Amino acid sequence: MIRESNLNALVLILLLAVPLWAVFNDEPFTITLATRAVIFALAAVGLNIALGLGGLVSFGHAVFFGIGGYAMGIFAHHAQTYTPVMEVPFLIEGTKSMPVIWLVAMVTSGFAALLIGLLSLRTAGVYFIMITLAFGQMLYYFSISWATYGGEDGLSIYVRNEFPGVNTLVPINFFAICFVILCLVVLLNALLAKSPFGLALNAARQTPQRVQTFGLDPTRLKLLAFIISGVVTGLAGALFADLNRFVSPTMFSWQMSGEIMIFIILGGVARLCGPIVGAVTFVMLEHFLGGLSDYWHIYLGALLLIVVLFARGGLVGLISGREIAHD
Amino acid sequence: MSTILIIEQILNGLQFGVMLFLMAAGLTLIFGVMGLINLAHGSLYMIGAFAAATVAGLTGSFVLALMAAMMAAAIAGVLIEVLVIRRLYATDHLDQVLATFALILIFSEGTRWVFGSFPLFLNIPDYFSGPVTLPGGIEYPLYRLVLICVGLLVAGALGLLITRTRIGIQIRAGKDDHEMIAALGVDISKLYTVIFALGAALAGLAGALVGAIQSVQVGMGEPVLILAFVVIVIGGIGSIKGALIGALLVGLTDTLGGVFLPELFKLFMEPSAAQASGSALSSMAIYILMGVVLVWRPAGLFGARK
Amino acid sequence: MITTLSGGGAGLGIDVRDGFMLAIGQSGRNDIEVIIEDDQRKPDIAVQLADKMIQSEKVDVMTGIIWSNLAMAVIPSSVSQGKFYLSPNAGPSALAGKGCHRNYFNVAWQNDNLHEAAGAYANSADYNNSFILAPNYPAGQDALTGYKRMYDGELAGEVFTKLGQTDYASEIAQIRASGADSVFFFLPGGMGISFLKQYADSGINLPVVGPAFSFDQGILQAVGDAALGVVNTSQWNKDIDNGTNAAFVDTFQAEYGRLPSLYASQGFDTANLLISALKVANPGDADAFRAALEAADFNSTRGDFKFGSNHNPIQNIYAREVIKEGDVYTNKIIGVALENHSDAYAAECSF
Repeated sequence: MIRESNLNALVLILLLAVPLWAVFNDEPFTITLATRAVIFALAAVGLNIALGLGGLVSFGHAVFFGIGGYAMGIFAHHAQTYTPVMEVPFLIEGTKSMPVIWLVAMVTSGFAALLIGLLSLRTAGVYFIMITLAFGQMLYYFSISWATYGGEDGLSIYVRNEFPGVNTLVPINFFAICFVILCLVVLLNALLAKSPFGLALNAARQTPQRVQTFGLDPTRLKLLAFIISGVVTGLAGALFADLNRFVSPTMFSWQMSGEIMIFIILGGVARLCGPIVGAVTFVMLEHFLGGLSDYWHIYLGALLLIVVLFARGGLVGLISGREIAHD
Repeated sequence: MSTILIIEQILNGLQFGVMLFLMAAGLTLIFGVMGLINLAHGSLYMIGAFAAATVAGLTGSFVLALMAAMMAAAIAGVLIEVLVIRRLYATDHLDQVLATFALILIFSEGTRWVFGSFPLFLNIPDYFSGPVTLPGGIEYPLYRLVLICVGLLVAGALGLLITRTRIGIQIRAGKDDHEMIAALGVDISKLYTVIFALGAALAGLAGALVGAIQSVQVGMGEPVLILAFVVIVIGGIGSIKGALIGALLVGLTDTLGGVFLPELFKLFMEPSAAQASGSALSSMAIYILMGVVLVWRPAGLFGARK
Repeated sequence: MITTLSGGGAGLGIDVRDGFMLAIGQSGRNDIEVIIEDDQRKPDIAVQLADKMIQSEKVDVMTGIIWSNLAMAVIPSSVSQGKFYLSPNAGPSALAGKGCHRNYFNVAWQNDNLHEAAGAYANSADYNNSFILAPNYPAGQDALTGYKRMYDGELAGEVFTKLGQTDYASEIAQIRASGADSVFFFLPGGMGISFLKQYADSGINLPVVGPAFSFDQGILQAVGDAALGVVNTSQWNKDIDNGTNAAFVDTFQAEYGRLPSLYASQGFDTANLLISALKVANPGDADAFRAALEAADFNSTRGDFKFGSNHNPIQNIYAREVIKEGDVYTNKIIGVALENHSDAYAAECSF
């Protein structure tokens, strides 16, 4: 058994060590895989803020992932075709600068989270799962029919966007950017959980009345958690689009929402590094099982099943044992 | 747009709705009584269709094919319940989501492994094929009328089962209080298995009936699954009546939206743009409906208020 | 080779792969290493695999992608990194027109081609009032544009369906009410199967025209009688009369125990094009290799085959009719819909 905080450090170190090893052994594809895992992990950490801390099981986080992706796609598309994003009421030019795109991605997904959260938080439990799914499907079908930005074909961006002072075309540099962001967000997540807001949120999840007696509005706490969660996942979406240099409606699909949720469950709900362990494991399984046979989904399914049935608390729970109070 | 066309579209919406009901009924029972989110319900639908196609291919009998579909789906349902689901009742929804998602992967790829990657052939029997002329001069495919009737019959039978029979009483009691009916000497795990088998058989039946006019292929269950979830959420989880009304609402909205929204847009847009944006909006229509219903009544139309 | 080998659309990818590997096997060359990966029909996986092919495997030539949206995700960045790409199926208009690239070759068709041929066939069959439908996504919009580009008659109706839709009752009701004299549809995969079965059952007897995708060897068996007599357009059929094609059909059947499909023929031709170019030049010498590809000096299963200025094919497109041979549904050529047909975008392309 390893203590969870030690495990967290170990996971991050491993996640950093593998791509560094790959640089020295000239295995650029390993770096790409690791970057993919880091970005998925970021999306899942984002969802975990709503799901783990706030108890909000959102089956529609692909909305934010997709909005982030399209923010990148739309701005970069206009930059590469030298057309403005919009002219009325005021002129907005396309851009290839990552920080600007991130900001746009975060603001738009935060705003979307505010709207969706306001409506969805009227419901609870299973109904909440389903209403968030409904928002996901709405945007999915919308993006398929949105011919201006490629519809189902999606948008291809030919060259990865720029980050001041870093050549993002070198795989390890882009990995480093994503990794730093992941670490920052995990840190934020840890601070958040211990902050007065995090504690109040935790209480609101368990017994809303207790929070109310202190004069706090549990719905407002949850809404805030939902927005923060959407912002982080939106940022992950923008990075994912940059990794692939491509966006498409699949980023909005319910399978995508499901996958983000599965990373968390696989790793362990409400564990700081659960989403990271889950995402990394999933990407590795996908990669290694894919080579075994055409029917590798069967093996993937069987492995997931074994984890659910025999590893309560996900992989992190399996390794570090101690069940933390999360319900 | 003529009256005949409108009536025909309403029939189409009804037919779509009752087929959704067959899927949703099982889902809502399992959900309501056992509190289980069963993503693998779509796989049971697919298993029904594949079993029907196989048996129809071997024997040429559509009735045998339907029976095989229900049997196969029920057996698969019992297997999943006993081997996997039973261990998960005590855990939270999230574990169930992951487990049943894993089951989808296993069933889909397993089916492809056994039956190959190409769609299978399953056709409607000769005695149901072709159109009939309804009063008012409407030509309508006979088979679709049969589907509407079968759906309504099943709905009626389920209604009777729930309100009039011993097992129905147990199901209703189980929805409200698990411990209490266990204490009253009902074998709760057997009850669960029976409900699961019943829900699975209905899904299998839907798969076979619909498979005859659509294509029998791997992955056919997932789109229907999502729609069935929409249906039970609109109707209120656990309510058979809610599932029926939700299914008809979704069926009618989807069908009529696809026809009338583009027409509506043509009033103030040029035709091909109206066509494109109208159909875009219509594909979102049922999700908008669901959003509106949930905002208005957070526990669905017939859901229990808590 | 990146293609779809698992999940819903796997049948097409498997056919392309089998056709391709059959030609590689027959060439007797063991110095061609083929790396095959499954894209699961997901664009992000395809992009990731392309990175792997280029970064880790260091391939010279890429091929295999079935779907236009995956092609748009992978091809532009791959060819701009100096790789060659031979498309065995997808032919998005962007890659034929403004976005064309000197290293991109399409060995199948430009996406609009078969629809244009269907429009041309409708003219020759004297259809004057067509009802046309396709899913609401870019390839569907291209399909209707392609049909209208060649078709001279009136439109009784134009409908976009939902992608992945399986019930066409309401569209069929609209067809019945529209007073059309013919129906053109583009509904690939399971959508087409559903439409045809429901259409046959509706009792409407209007003639139907469509591109080959819904009448392909793989899925015809699932449509059954509902497809009999339907005219569809294709650049290939198993009864095209030339030695290469006859040998291809025989050996494919012997090797895999099923009749080859359109997709298998495209995979087979792609591999033979590659082999023909490798005989002349090494991909390391990009200019010479490109010239060898442009020459298209190989025996195609379609008979005459050459590339246009934008590296998309110039070829005959045939009208086929669905027939039943014994127990097996298949197609027979009934005429040439478009002769030596190029595409509408070639003029926009300059390398």
